Amino acid sequence: MNERVERLRRTSLDTEPSISIERGVLMTEFYREHEGRLPAPVLRARAFHHLCSEKTVYIGDGELIVGERGHAPKATPTYPEITIHTVEDLEVLDSRPLTRYRVGFDDIARYADEVIPYWQGRTLRERCLDALPKEWHDAYAAGIFTEFMEQRAPGHTVADGKLYRKGLADFREEIAVVLETLVGDDDETRARRDQLEAMDIAADAAIVYARRHAAFAREMAAAEEDPERSAELQRIAEVCEWVPEHPPRDFHEALQGYWFYHLGVITELNGWDAFNPGHLDHHLGPFYERGVADGSLTRERAKELLGCFFVKFNNHPAPPKVGVTAAESGTYTDFANINIGGLTRSGEDAVNEVSYLLLEIIDEMHLLQPSNNLQLSEKNPDRFLRAGLEVIRKGYGFPSVFNADAVVKELVRQGKTVEDAREGGTSGCVEAGAFGKEAYILTGYFNLPKILELTLHNGVDPRTGKQLGPRTGEAVDFADFDELFAAWQTQVNHFVDIKHRGNEVWERAYAENAQAPFLSIITDDCIAEGLDYNAGGARYNTSYIQGVGIGSITDSFSTLKHHVFDDGAMSLAELVEVLDRDFEGDEPVRQRFLEMPKYGNDDDRADDLMVRCFETFFEAVDGRPNLRGGSYHIDMLPTTCHVYFGSVIGALPDGRKAGVPLSEGISPVQGADRKGPTAVFTSAAKMDQLRTGGTLLNQKFTPQLLEGTPGIDLLLGLVRGYFAMDSHHVQFNVVGADTLRAAQADPDSHRDLIVRVAGYSDYFCDISRELQDEIIERTEHQGF
Amino acid sequence: MNETSLATAATDSAIGAPVFNIQRCSIHDGPGIRTTVFLKGCPLRCDWCHNPESLIGRGDRWTVADLVAELERDRPFFDASGGGVTFSGGEPLNYAAFLADCLDACRERGLHTAVDTSGFAPSEVVCDIARRTDLLLYDLKHIDPTAHEARTGVANVPILDNLQELSGRTETEIWVRVPLIPGFNDDEENLEALASVVGSLPRRHPVFVLPYHAIGVDKWRRLGKEPPAETFRTPGDDEVAAVAALLRAKGLEVCIGGAYERAS
Repeated sequence: MNERVERLRRTSLDTEPSISIERGVLMTEFYREHEGRLPAPVLRARAFHHLCSEKTVYIGDGELIVGERGHAPKATPTYPEITIHTVEDLEVLDSRPLTRYRVGFDDIARYADEVIPYWQGRTLRERCLDALPKEWHDAYAAGIFTEFMEQRAPGHTVADGKLYRKGLADFREEIAVVLETLVGDDDETRARRDQLEAMDIAADAAIVYARRHAAFAREMAAAEEDPERSAELQRIAEVCEWVPEHPPRDFHEALQGYWFYHLGVITELNGWDAFNPGHLDHHLGPFYERGVADGSLTRERAKELLGCFFVKFNNHPAPPKVGVTAAESGTYTDFANINIGGLTRSGEDAVNEVSYLLLEIIDEMHLLQPSNNLQLSEKNPDRFLRAGLEVIRKGYGFPSVFNADAVVKELVRQGKTVEDAREGGTSGCVEAGAFGKEAYILTGYFNLPKILELTLHNGVDPRTGKQLGPRTGEAVDFADFDELFAAWQTQVNHFVDIKHRGNEVWERAYAENAQAPFLSIITDDCIAEGLDYNAGGARYNTSYIQGVGIGSITDSFSTLKHHVFDDGAMSLAELVEVLDRDFEGDEPVRQRFLEMPKYGNDDDRADDLMVRCFETFFEAVDGRPNLRGGSYHIDMLPTTCHVYFGSVIGALPDGRKAGVPLSEGISPVQGADRKGPTAVFTSAAKMDQLRTGGTLLNQKFTPQLLEGTPGIDLLLGLVRGYFAMDSHHVQFNVVGADTLRAAQADPDSHRDLIVRVAGYSDYFCDISRELQDEIIERTEHQGF
Repeated sequence: MNETSLATAATDSAIGAPVFNIQRCSIHDGPGIRTTVFLKGCPLRCDWCHNPESLIGRGDRWTVADLVAELERDRPFFDASGGGVTFSGGEPLNYAAFLADCLDACRERGLHTAVDTSGFAPSEVVCDIARRTDLLLYDLKHIDPTAHEARTGVANVPILDNLQELSGRTETEIWVRVPLIPGFNDDEENLEALASVVGSLPRRHPVFVLPYHAIGVDKWRRLGKEPPAETFRTPGDDEVAAVAALLRAKGLEVCIGGAYERAS
């Protein structure tokens, strides 16, 4: 990292996140005047144009890549047309101890005066919540599922390579060509025409926005005393005059061009996961090679530009939710997730010099954002994986590692062409998508263990006494395990039905009132179809429901099957009573539950149940139609929702006490895996992950285990071995002394923690206090 | 597998051998990611023994067929890492017939095998096993017979003779492993003798220096017993490095720890 990048990085880290009310004020201004007077997509596009023409242009000291989401770095705009923050929300955000966003006193007053009164009661969120039936509200309140689109727009999407081959002027020509083919004045044709006009307006808006940066850079250059900086500003002006209107001509323009698209997408709406350059190394590779070949670019200069580019992502904390509580922490991460490696469109190894440059940047800068991952194909060389593992070993928690070959198979199974699949990758947390061609929308997390709790209580939620699900039988009614399992399946289907019907309300609302004409320009085939991204214009339109707690549900069924029905050690009714008492006075019973076969140990007695649970959820969701002409699939990831979902469930038959977090991703229940990482991977690979759009597996290691070449060899063998079994993703967390101390205090939650004891590895909780202390000391020594 | 060994396998499959642990994802007992099978019982009584479970209590009996099926479970990781299966103990040569059948079955299935042995067994048994395995992890604890007997209960003469034989009369890869125990075998005299023994073998073999660690003491106590001798000291990193340097200076290829450091 050179001095410039270090300075920009430091500024980004030191600047406190804040709320920028500018977008909210400008949108309110525009909507107040024009809402109801323009066709919906044109209203959206012209509002976007208004934002691009009026919002503050910021160029920071020493920056080479320019443009901010808010009026300044770390300032996050609001999206009142989707959801409106109350005065109280803003005050809590300004004062809470964790993930705080500063909001100026005057800004709160102005927001209360100008913005809140216009939107209250008419945001998209409020209109949808009003339209949703009681069954949806009851299930939502009980924590059976969450709703992604209630505060943020559908997003989860990623750019492909066309942004580096075309400029907005080219897209406008394409729009004009399609417009010419539209004849007639029927409703459908008129709607298409409106949509295409909206896209054209949005394209112009982004050009206007870039030119304002050019003009500002020229002004700054003229006033600049340092001739070197003045020349840089001149160059920035030239770049911003050229891109994104025209295709980039060099490395610098490629980065700046992408950045204007990025800003456009996240200014237009607050889509999930911000936006994402996807396979940045593929896209930049040709510019890098050309620049180095003709002498206009050096490796150092490329690295400097990439460093400046990375800082821009870190300048954008995620838009905070409404209805926040002081205790709630949330995250600043907005999940733009850069893909490195993988395959070319024709299926070859796509690793290039920029892949290695990116890994160096990630290592040196270790910023919270952008997130980053390795797309690892069996065609990628071990050298590439080793370079990535060297970074992972440092314990930043990234890059995570994805199986590029599995991602292609997943996408092809869903109906994509193999070329589009190879050009795809993963975004957000772990979600597979065909970059630049797919609107893949995560609709909400789904609480599989909560539904078992309802099943054990004949459809009643024991927390509230409400009858939420169908009456599938009292505990005393079940003659065998299969009957009980069938009852759970009935309940799962029931709540997926409710979720599915609810999703249609949101989907329709976004299609009709929250179009994304700018994102539509760059998503194939919205222009050709004359349809919006949010209305089915993309080539592929997918909806996901994300299953949470597969480890907890599996282990719970394991106790029910083996302890209750096979061994007859207690009746189901007795078990339910024990759970209802939260194991109060029943610790020996809980210990027996903990001894049952557990998922994560390559034990087929448990893993077969995992497969049954997975298949149940898959069958309940996969293939349902959405309103955008696509269909539903499943993901198996929780982000942090396993904590919330755990908080709404009483004790479970796996031995988990009330309120404790559920298992996370497809990882085993915390501490349940006792046979080491290969057994965890083998268990997890029994899930047919190719029929998902993403699974998430976390593995924890202490630094000693990963020392030297043997440490890298170990990780390499684990990753390649796990991926050979068609699995989707793994991420390695290197734990520090704090975690080890926590494990000493609470061994039960840390039974899976493996440590290396000089040439020998063991479970941390199994070794003596003295050895534990010694390892803690050694771990601290290593600076984690 | 030839017909004779199939016949033995049939007998051994019925009886099996006692196993006290099957450790998956082991990276300290040969190349790559391995599953290590620990067989019970040992003719030696080393004062620093770090696997006292091999001496105390009972193991589960495993048949060849069941054991090999269990070993298959981590095959994707063996393939990906150049790993395989290691038979350790105790002393795996205690169950030579069973071990031979396991090794044949693994070879049949294309699983890489290693045998971690003290070398304290009849020469024909050691050589027979050597021909059936891909790698021998061969422990050398002390070169002086008296010192060896004092701390392990047996003289090292057959061990040194067997090593000579294995190096000269088989082609099996051999990694010499030296548990480095301060005050017992880290003196210059022993190290030079060691270098001379290993250096004059018919073939060249790498030496793995395994620093002693008190994990054995910990395990004895977990098993409810007191360790047989006073606690030994764990050598410092600099001591280990000095030993490695000394052996390297004598022309040996030396690794520290049980895994093969390609960088070294």
